[in-house]
Amino acid sequence: MATLTKSLEEEKKITEQEALITGAEAIAIACKLANVDVVTAYPIRPYDTVMQYISQLVADGEMDCEFIVAEGEHSQFEIVKHASVCGARVFCGSSGVGWMYAMEALTVSPALRVPMVCMVGNRALDDPGAFGVEHNDALAVRDLGWMLTWVDSAQEALDTALIAYRVAEDRRILVPLALSCDGAFLTHSQALVKIPTAEQVKKFLPPYDRGNLLLHPDNVISVAPQCNEDWVMEIRRQNYAVTEITCDVIREVYKDFERTFGRKYGNPFFEEYMTEDAEVVLLGMGTLSTPVKVAIRKMREEGKKVGFVRLRWFRPFAGPELAKCLERFKAIGVIDRDFSFGSPNLSGVVATEVRSAMYTGSSTRPPVLGFIGGLGGREVTVPDVEKTTDIVFQAAQGKAQPLTQWIGLRE
Amino acid sequence: MAQLLAVEIIYRGVFQKTLAKNITRGIVLAAHNEGKLGISFGRYGDSPERNGIPGKSFAIVADDEQTLEAGMAQYEPKQVDLTVVLDDTLCKGVESWAWYGLRPVHYALKPKSTLIVVSLDNAAALLKNIHRREQPYKLGIVKGLASFSGMWIFKDDHTDMRVLGSIAKALPELFSFASVEKFINEKLKSPLKATSARTAFERFTTVDVKAGQGNPEEVVKFDLPGWHDMRSAVSIKGQGQGGPYADPVTKEVGGFRPARNEKFKKYSTRTLRPVINFATCTKCTLCWLDCPDASFDVTPEGTYDANLEVCCGCGVCEEVCPVKNCITMVNESEFHDNKSQWAEFRKDKEAYLKWLETTIQKGEPIEKRAHGFRYRGQYQEEIPEAMEIANKG
Repeated sequence: MATLTKSLEEEKKITEQEALITGAEAIAIACKLANVDVVTAYPIRPYDTVMQYISQLVADGEMDCEFIVAEGEHSQFEIVKHASVCGARVFCGSSGVGWMYAMEALTVSPALRVPMVCMVGNRALDDPGAFGVEHNDALAVRDLGWMLTWVDSAQEALDTALIAYRVAEDRRILVPLALSCDGAFLTHSQALVKIPTAEQVKKFLPPYDRGNLLLHPDNVISVAPQCNEDWVMEIRRQNYAVTEITCDVIREVYKDFERTFGRKYGNPFFEEYMTEDAEVVLLGMGTLSTPVKVAIRKMREEGKKVGFVRLRWFRPFAGPELAKCLERFKAIGVIDRDFSFGSPNLSGVVATEVRSAMYTGSSTRPPVLGFIGGLGGREVTVPDVEKTTDIVFQAAQGKAQPLTQWIGLRE
Repeated sequence: MAQLLAVEIIYRGVFQKTLAKNITRGIVLAAHNEGKLGISFGRYGDSPERNGIPGKSFAIVADDEQTLEAGMAQYEPKQVDLTVVLDDTLCKGVESWAWYGLRPVHYALKPKSTLIVVSLDNAAALLKNIHRREQPYKLGIVKGLASFSGMWIFKDDHTDMRVLGSIAKALPELFSFASVEKFINEKLKSPLKATSARTAFERFTTVDVKAGQGNPEEVVKFDLPGWHDMRSAVSIKGQGQGGPYADPVTKEVGGFRPARNEKFKKYSTRTLRPVINFATCTKCTLCWLDCPDASFDVTPEGTYDANLEVCCGCGVCEEVCPVKNCITMVNESEFHDNKSQWAEFRKDKEAYLKWLETTIQKGEPIEKRAHGFRYRGQYQEEIPEAMEIANKG
């Protein structure tokens, strides 16, 4: 009898639990499961939700870490940078202008090979001061050697946080990673999430090991010296070498994630929804997927063959793979929750990147229309998506359309 | 292609930065009086705002725009038609802030061209420090101290004018003296300056330096690794701990010498070096403690030896040393190698002390200035001497 009770307890221990939590809470739990050593915090909405949850976990004795409230975002990111070089697994994050205030610390981290994992609670950049989601904050580091990923559910937030540590801390990679969560839609909405056990996570995520890059009295090194034109190009080339293999490492890690946790994400880089027989597709990142999927199901009932491609990883950008996926459609509508003032065709960031990837990776030349919408947290409505899709269909039928249009805008 | 001429000015930051700039500007403007076109620029990889760091300024002058553009298409001239050295301690070579190793002062000088050094020494003395080279060249001296002319509060001692006058003599293809005079009269509006330039022009002579003549020291060379071979994460391997070392005479092992970077030396950053009287050293440790670069080796005897591969000549040790004349900062041009002073002392104590007394201390504190002043008011004191030197030539 005693044996049976014990085994039941053990059974319970190794079974994943289900909980109703927000995306921010899911990431806090991932930090606990990943046994993060150092967390730095500075409040800014919507990122602050995650620091609140982590501080609660620490206060409740559920999580053991150094929890440091810095005097600003710059220090926040500097502290984890140094801790990471000394061998600590670290977590931090920010939002909007807070992220921008940390910019100097953000720019130095990739070259120093710091695998910090950060949550960016996407928020519009001031001015005007606004809490709502825009992707320009996280996108500001897109050319600097950071990995950038967007999730659209609390479950995916938790899973991707675990994946993030595994990828970032891979000895071949060792660069920082920003996990982007749309403010409000993800950070503040609760959903049912399956929480894996600590044992499972331990199996999936080995301890962080910097090897001979560890700053430690037993491994005497000097980090970040000043140098000139005699060294800089080689240093940049080393970071490029990381980007050359990042896609392969991500694929590897997702496979192992499936093996360990049994949850499947298919292609790690982008999710395809109802694309099998689609004539046209919409493409976007983050929680935009909810209204788009609802609209697509509605339009499908009306006989419109439309699908959706949700980009998960923006850096690395799986260009050839995405181009191969998109070349089979007659037209593509990219919905950007960001802006890129003065860019080619005055489109958003994602549309510009997709066009660039298509130019070299696609055997066809379908029109790629850019749509800018949902800025500052404005709702992208189902009718907005339907209207957008109609324009994309027009383009597919050969009727010329403007390369960039704004949706959900008061004229 | 039409004629393209390049001149480099080697100077010490920060004190001579403006002086170097004034000379290269003067070159371009004087040559422009002959219808030539030119540009003047400082080497961007240098750190000319830092105390004592060797720096370079350039002037490129061409007959026409396209030829000038061909000269400008390089980061800096790979070969120059004239080199001017504004501080004679730089004759020991130039270490750029970007790391290319130690380069002889005539590294970029075309064969048979002229090297001008501002110095109180004669050619024979300078050639003890200037590295030998395979191609012959000419050496000319503009008599003078390492000038601070043009820098903020310091008085103008006409070094720039005297250098310009000398250049007109050394490289007449660049410009005639009449063009220099015109530049001074029209742009600077100073007959006195024009006189200084003319005097220098008239007096300037050169000696021929033959192939192989000069300091036989092998300069430090350094191969920059490719990106595959470099450590990642912008990190440099530490130098380990170091340890005791042997007395050159008794072979007894003792003391402590820290491990140091084999490639990064500070030879030409230094304009003064500490000379140590090991006989009067009380082993108080203050120099060793206060040296900002940890450049002191603890000798097996327990005294302290300034390691001249590491010392940058700041003089803190002299300041903190409580024993009179135990540590004396001496102008670097007095020395032609970087040997351990303690080893010399151990090998022949009497000879060392005699050398200390007669050669270095000369019975009075060393007054000869390099790039820094040893006390407030020294510059003002030097002005009459500088003027005398300028007048005598």
